[in-house]
Amino acid sequence: MSVLVDKNTRVLVQGLGKTGEFHTDKAIAYGTEMVGVVHPTRAGTEAHFDGETDHSGVPGRDDTYSVDLPIFATVKEAVEETGANASVLYVPPPFAADAIMEAVAAGLDLVVAITEGIPVADMIEAKRYLQGTNTRLIGPNCPGVITPGECKIGIMPGYIHERGRIGVISRSGTLTYEAVHQLTLLGLGQTTAVGIGGDPVNGTNFVDCLKMFEADDETEGVIMIGEIGGTAEEDAAEYVRSQMSKPVAGFIAGTTAPPGKRMGHAGAIVSGGKGTAEAKIEAMNEAGIVVAETPSDMGEAMVRALG
Amino acid sequence: MKIHEHQAKQLLAARGIPVPLGRVARSVDEAVAAVRPLIDESGNPVVVLKSQIHAGGRGKGTFKEHPDVRGVNVITDGVEGGPSATEEAVRELAKKMLGGTLVTIQTGEEGKQVNRLYVEQGIDIARELYLAVLLDRATSRNIVMASTEGGVEIEKVAEETPDKILRAQIDPAIGLAPFQANELVHRLGIDGEAAKNFARFVRNLADAATELDTDLIEINPLVITKTGEVIALDGKMSFDDNALYRHPDIADMRDETEDDPLELAAKNAGLNYIKLDGTIGCLVNGAGLAMATMDTIKHVGGEPANFLDVGGGATADQVTTAFQIITKDPSVKGIFVNIFGGIMRCDVIATGIVEAVERVGLEVPLVVRLEGTNVEEGKRIIEESGLEVTNADSLRDGAEKILELSAP
Repeated sequence: MSVLVDKNTRVLVQGLGKTGEFHTDKAIAYGTEMVGVVHPTRAGTEAHFDGETDHSGVPGRDDTYSVDLPIFATVKEAVEETGANASVLYVPPPFAADAIMEAVAAGLDLVVAITEGIPVADMIEAKRYLQGTNTRLIGPNCPGVITPGECKIGIMPGYIHERGRIGVISRSGTLTYEAVHQLTLLGLGQTTAVGIGGDPVNGTNFVDCLKMFEADDETEGVIMIGEIGGTAEEDAAEYVRSQMSKPVAGFIAGTTAPPGKRMGHAGAIVSGGKGTAEAKIEAMNEAGIVVAETPSDMGEAMVRALG
Repeated sequence: MKIHEHQAKQLLAARGIPVPLGRVARSVDEAVAAVRPLIDESGNPVVVLKSQIHAGGRGKGTFKEHPDVRGVNVITDGVEGGPSATEEAVRELAKKMLGGTLVTIQTGEEGKQVNRLYVEQGIDIARELYLAVLLDRATSRNIVMASTEGGVEIEKVAEETPDKILRAQIDPAIGLAPFQANELVHRLGIDGEAAKNFARFVRNLADAATELDTDLIEINPLVITKTGEVIALDGKMSFDDNALYRHPDIADMRDETEDDPLELAAKNAGLNYIKLDGTIGCLVNGAGLAMATMDTIKHVGGEPANFLDVGGGATADQVTTAFQIITKDPSVKGIFVNIFGGIMRCDVIATGIVEAVERVGLEVPLVVRLEGTNVEEGKRIIEESGLEVTNADSLRDGAEKILELSAP
């Protein structure tokens, strides 16, 4: 098992600019079941992808691929025609929240928003629109979700992953790669790695993911990577302390970040003395989470947590 | 993005939120010239002279050059001496304030230069309250925060008497509902004419936050006058940078003299850069990794000179600019490039580094750690360039190497 995505996930891509095109190609090379494109001005045509197969991905495929993805004007039409159950967004920030809502309206199970820089007010609306629906939003401003060997949705480099025993949850893209890389080198591998994103308003938080990994038979331990700003890590620590049976390791970025400054991510800011790395690390320690001192020690921390 | 108090009040007034009458002055003469029309219009002989900087605590702050002068001054000379006495007092104070360095609890020891003043009518205060609109991350909604403890630091109130802070969630589809405004009125103990005025004020403020894409609107203090008027005596506003594209009028309010020049150059190049006090320059992709790189440098005994995230989709040109910005900081004794390519490709970073060094030269040691998308291509580009670069295998390895190489 795994969480969120597997070999049955059928993925649409919303927004096919340069970035969307590059990463759609990488996803196909990995073996992700990409089934269509939503791009109103190119509707009715096809998008062609070919190249060498990434054999770190889905096993048992030919060495090359050549795929033509149909392009649709709307998500609804794309879902009807392709049977897609997930979408990935590379839509530019001014239009991204609307694209999320369109995907929700079309009834997709999973929407992964890669886009960075969506206005907070737009995300507040999109989040409200999500309420009461069965769609799960991952992101925005995130690297995506990957279940190694089955499905890669997003911008993470596929080859650093290896199917294994650990669930990964992170607010930071590149720190997710650090953790994944170390887990692979240590032979622990990953069940699923989820980038929840660096924005202050996101679709899925640490606790949501911890619940999924707790319920997943294949996952034996979880590593959670947080950063300054907000109290999502403290909430996660409380969940781990009171509800979680599986071992958890973690890391918090931003110990040296000056207060009042936004550290790259819209959500990474210590304001009014709240959201400090120290408070998060303390809460995690108290919950029995093994916290790595530097990102280079994240894999080792997971080994210690597993005991 | 932050704006000045006088700009915030202008935006609030345009949305039906009462603010005191005032005029902005960039010179002593302009400040003096503001006095008579202000007194005529307000009918109050008292005026207030306020330093305009992007930092709080101005009322208690003092000037480096004139430790006896505060950042905000209430001028009552006119009560007995008439407008000309007020003008004289404004002239003397403005001379000291304009161009002076104001040090407040929020500016740090170095203080901030005051380049403009706000000359405002005096207000007869009956009661001071606190009101703010900000994002509540736990619920993904904006909330109104209100407190009876106006005019003091809200962080202190939150710490010492958290029950004195009231919260009301703003539904994005509805705004602040009338019943929510009435509940605040009731719990803050506001009555009479002021109750109606406050309810209107707080609902307009909630709408303003949504319409203007603010990160934060803080009215501290909000005052109730003896006649029941509800007025924003101070006004602090900051905006969601990601939404500025739809508010060109607000984007134009940016006061670049308030920004660090290197941070400004980085911003204009689409880079996230924050200057720090250390000696190890960092060039990293991804905000989380950039923070963690700083943390690791500190952990192995060094001090980071900056936070720099080149972002996910940086071009070789942007990397070159990033390199130039880091090398412009004279305290940088070594540079650590730490890249884990996902959306960012290692070959793009490598090309940018090579171009940057060719263009601006390199006088300090450089440690590069590349991993991820197109890593082999990236390593090849650096190797073939013949640059003097030390390779690192991991973040920690890189931090240790740059610390050793940059040691005096």
